[in-house]
Amino acid sequence: MYPPKFDYYRADSVDEAVALMGQHGGKFIAGGHSLLPVMKMRLADPGVLIDIGRIDGLRGITRSGNSFRIGALTTHATVAAYDDRHFPDALKHAAGMIGDPQVRNRGTVGGNVAHADPASDLPTVFLALGATFHIAGANGARSVHAANFFTGLFETALAENEVLTAVEVPAEGIENGSAYAKLFNPASRYAMVGACANITVSLTGECTACSVAVGGLTPKATAAPSVGAALVGKQLTDDNIAAAAALVLNDLGGDVMGDIHASAEYRRQMAPVFVGRALTLAGHRAGWVARLQKNVKDVAGDVLEEIERRLRK
Amino acid sequence: MKVSMTVNGKATERDVEPRMLLVHFLRDELGLTGANIGCDTTQCGSCTIHLNGTAVKSCTVLAVQADGTSITTIEGLAQNGNLHPMQQAFWDKHGLQCGFCTPGMIMAATKLAAGNPHLTDEEIRHGLEGNLCRCTGYENIVRAVKAGAQAMAGGD
Ligand SMILES: Cc1cc2nc3c(=O)[nH]c(=O)nc-3n(C[C@H](O)[C@H](O)[C@H](O)COP(=O)(O)OP(=O)(O)OC[C@H]3O[C@@H](n4cnc5c(N)ncnc54)[C@H](O)[C@@H]3O)c2cc1C
Ligand code: FES
Ligand code: FES
Repeated sequence: MYPPKFDYYRADSVDEAVALMGQHGGKFIAGGHSLLPVMKMRLADPGVLIDIGRIDGLRGITRSGNSFRIGALTTHATVAAYDDRHFPDALKHAAGMIGDPQVRNRGTVGGNVAHADPASDLPTVFLALGATFHIAGANGARSVHAANFFTGLFETALAENEVLTAVEVPAEGIENGSAYAKLFNPASRYAMVGACANITVSLTGECTACSVAVGGLTPKATAAPSVGAALVGKQLTDDNIAAAAALVLNDLGGDVMGDIHASAEYRRQMAPVFVGRALTLAGHRAGWVARLQKNVKDVAGDVLEEIERRLRK
Repeated sequence: MKVSMTVNGKATERDVEPRMLLVHFLRDELGLTGANIGCDTTQCGSCTIHLNGTAVKSCTVLAVQADGTSITTIEGLAQNGNLHPMQQAFWDKHGLQCGFCTPGMIMAATKLAAGNPHLTDEEIRHGLEGNLCRCTGYENIVRAVKAGAQAMAGGD
């Protein structure tokens, strides 16, 4: 199955990519694992492809201060294998749940969020983590918060001629825990329902902040503030989590989607279940005790860092 | 457009249409028909090859995207007339019936097994999620990959 004909240009820098797009129009191609399938099915026929897949500096993960910067061309495989105890668990694990190993070797973080497929995993995760999207265009660089980045079905804040350069997420401290839970489409592995929870707990195990997002069943990644509001100030007991998770139904909006794989009603029923799982897992990961159980050596490092940080203040 | 790449250790150069898929480049331009086209929709994995050392589905890569890279196909695994340990394991453990999925299975399995001589059944099934087989029921494929992984590490 050949894709429709197109002219092909390769950009060696972000500036060149933006200039080529201004000159010729068309679409950027990164890993091609969303764009080529839709072109082969004749659902897209951009006429021009501008290959950004080789631009140096858009690949890889770096830590700066209290956040991680994930270059747009970083593959899902790289994110899933990234080893740093402050890197958000939800993101690492969600990347490892995308498609299959071959897809993860080729698909990129930037392409995933720019494509904004409602069944994708990363938009949901980035929304719950409060990520920042760094964008370059003809008029210079700008940054957009996750809450404003995903604007609709396959729609984002990116203009046609803008390149997403990186996504930035906060580092996780000792008091944080995050998790992603997914109802897989058994054939494609895309999300029929995906839920991400990002929790902060106090020394005594009380939830002090909670951000939840869902995807797969709504046209775009959707925040669930009702869930977070119901948990803050409470202990993360099974009952409290179940009661809070049920409130996700208030936040879904009227546009729950169904298809041949799962009806809208079924997905709606599954949303609280997967929100509950994500909250439970995130709760297990948050806090001193949880971290201690995970790895004593890591925690010793965390404690020293925390002491240093407080001394500096 | 001119593309050049190293395929199974040999430098190659061809003038191709930008829309030519890597799998067509390998099959139709180079005559390497080991990588099969099964689903053509990135699901079945029968077109799996190694691109710069990682397993990818060549039905969803443009030949122009692979310009300047190093490619290995199933034809490039055997050395000096000896099957690769993973190929031999598929033979020994009857890891195939019709053989259509086999080149892709083996290309995915060699990457899965690299540095992991003691794969569990679950790791193998999970690691081959991107490869579908319509004949074997996977049981002998799992046995073959387990044996192949050990053989790759030098044991038998
Ligand atoms: C079989 C299969 C299973 C999959 N399963 C899942 C899954 O379970 N979960 C999931 O989340 N995803 C899944 N995916 C999608 C996969 O994650 C894609 O790789 C990803 O969505 C797109 O990344 P890409 O680099 O391939 O983008 P491309 O296909 O190259 O591009 C996609 C779109 O984004 C634009 N774009 C790309 N990069 C940029 C950039 N830096 N700046 C601006 N625009 C850009 C392109 O113009 C294009 O419109 C699956 C894909 C396949 C083929
Ligand atoms: S032909 Fe490439 S994945 Fe099926
Ligand atoms: S052996 Fe026939 S498809 Fe796998």
